[in-house]
Amino acid sequence: MKILVCISQVPDTTTKIAFTDNDTRFNEDKVQYIVNPYDEWYALVRALELKETLGGNVTIITAGNASVEAIIRKALAIGADDAVRIDMDAADAWSVAKSIADYAADKGFDLILAGKETIDYNGSEVPGMIAALLNQPYIALGSKLDVNGNTASVEVEVDGEVEIISTALPCVVSAAKGMAEQRIPNMRGIMAARTKAITVVSSAEQALVKVHKFSLPKPKSEVKLIDADQMDTLVQLLHTEAKVI
Amino acid sequence: MSVIIFAETAKGSIKKASLEAISYGAQIAAQLQTTATAVVGGAISTEEAARAGEYGVSKVLLATNLPGHFDPMLVEQLVLKAVDASSAKIVVFSHDYAGRSVAPRIAARLKAGLVSGAVALPDTSAGFVVRKNVFSGKALAEYQINTEVKVITLLPNSVPAQKNGAAAAVESFDAALAGVQSSLKIEKKVREHKGGVLLTEAELVVSAGRGMKDPSNWNIIEELADTMGAATACSRPVSDIGWRPHHEHVGQTGIAIRPNLYIAVGISGAIQHLAGVNGSKVIVVINKDPEAPFFKAADYGVVGDAMEVVPRLTEAFRKFKAANS
Repeated sequence: MKILVCISQVPDTTTKIAFTDNDTRFNEDKVQYIVNPYDEWYALVRALELKETLGGNVTIITAGNASVEAIIRKALAIGADDAVRIDMDAADAWSVAKSIADYAADKGFDLILAGKETIDYNGSEVPGMIAALLNQPYIALGSKLDVNGNTASVEVEVDGEVEIISTALPCVVSAAKGMAEQRIPNMRGIMAARTKAITVVSSAEQALVKVHKFSLPKPKSEVKLIDADQMDTLVQLLHTEAKVI
Repeated sequence: MSVIIFAETAKGSIKKASLEAISYGAQIAAQLQTTATAVVGGAISTEEAARAGEYGVSKVLLATNLPGHFDPMLVEQLVLKAVDASSAKIVVFSHDYAGRSVAPRIAARLKAGLVSGAVALPDTSAGFVVRKNVFSGKALAEYQINTEVKVITLLPNSVPAQKNGAAAAVESFDAALAGVQSSLKIEKKVREHKGGVLLTEAELVVSAGRGMKDPSNWNIIEELADTMGAATACSRPVSDIGWRPHHEHVGQTGIAIRPNLYIAVGISGAIQHLAGVNGSKVIVVINKDPEAPFFKAADYGVVGDAMEVVPRLTEAFRKFKAANS
């Protein structure tokens, strides 16, 4: 079982978001980067669990310059066997997905996993694009994943119902909460990660879309405090002032 | 230059999120002085499909040979054929399960620029610029799409559907999928939890966290939600310790929701939780700790013990409903 897990570097979940260069660029000053939680907690950990029961190999892949090596080492410490870094400016989903698909095309991966979205650009785009480019089935938002022989079966929450979707390998699956539980790397994993191989490949793929301006949402007005025994007042305000009921 | 919108059906009608996408696509078409066509798949009558016209499209292509349930691989083929048949340059989906499953595939097949989760109509005065939420709602970004064909998914509950037309002409659209075998086998599984309002579509949501102290105290949360006709949600800690099911977890690593009213009970308001609910129109926070950070993000706040405040609020909603029905 050869599994490829796509991971992305994102700002830590507590980062205060700010912009620079006339609001055209994310301000990276003092930003702590982490592995995108959906990629790490759910996709990578499920890949490792599958390898532990079925045998095989888990490779992680990410796009970016040398600065993304810290999150690659983190993923290797959690247990991935080896890593690929596509040396490029990860400017949009297309250029990343095309570069990953080009790399994966002749490597014979049985399964490609990624988180359902990144917590920075919230696209939900890369895994579906990779699947189309490789002519493979794509199952989005999986909250459970099992592999039996040549078949992957995935549970997906759709409109409050659960669907069980199965398909023949190879395929691409995106991971949502429920697929696995977060793993904290131990000292042995961290030591082992130092010597695991990181293959660097290049890509000249160009972006199709580009952010030309960022902005911050309008700040909320001051909270209106209602006395704890005045719940009729609160309901009236929700009706007449907020107009939501 | 025309616009194609994919619309999904549920219980014989077009879904609410799809109606928003139809209206959005029709408004883009009007902006560009072209026509908009809705592609409708699933079990739906011609009359119901024609109602897409009320939201601004001039034509409806009704797929005649799709299975009753949504199958992303077949819908991909259907939409590609519709795009080809009408030389569409803009393809619109809702940013729901269907849109997230199919839009990236369509974009990759057509090498079209994709913006997913749009929250406003595009600015077409200079190029084609679409606004969307980024950093989990903590910021907005304007994306320039540089390709001739463009794909957009519209964030549900962000651009309201506008009714401004009459029923549209419906053409049955044989996308010649009969011979195409889906690579997916899809079965429904019975859900263990009781029915109620669907969290992702709910306009009113009551959510609770660790401040409830014990899972047995959730009866007052459910009673409030039932009285309001609201869906229930929870914070990450209580879903992680198994007090509530995972599918109720809203926040950075669970699901993101955008209801009109979000009532948070006993949730401190960590930044990761806010990332899942900051699209809510109005936020009410009930917490006994006046220093809870959630009050800074709230419109209305109540400082008090949930076990006392929530039953009072339920009673107030009951009285309000009785007086307004």
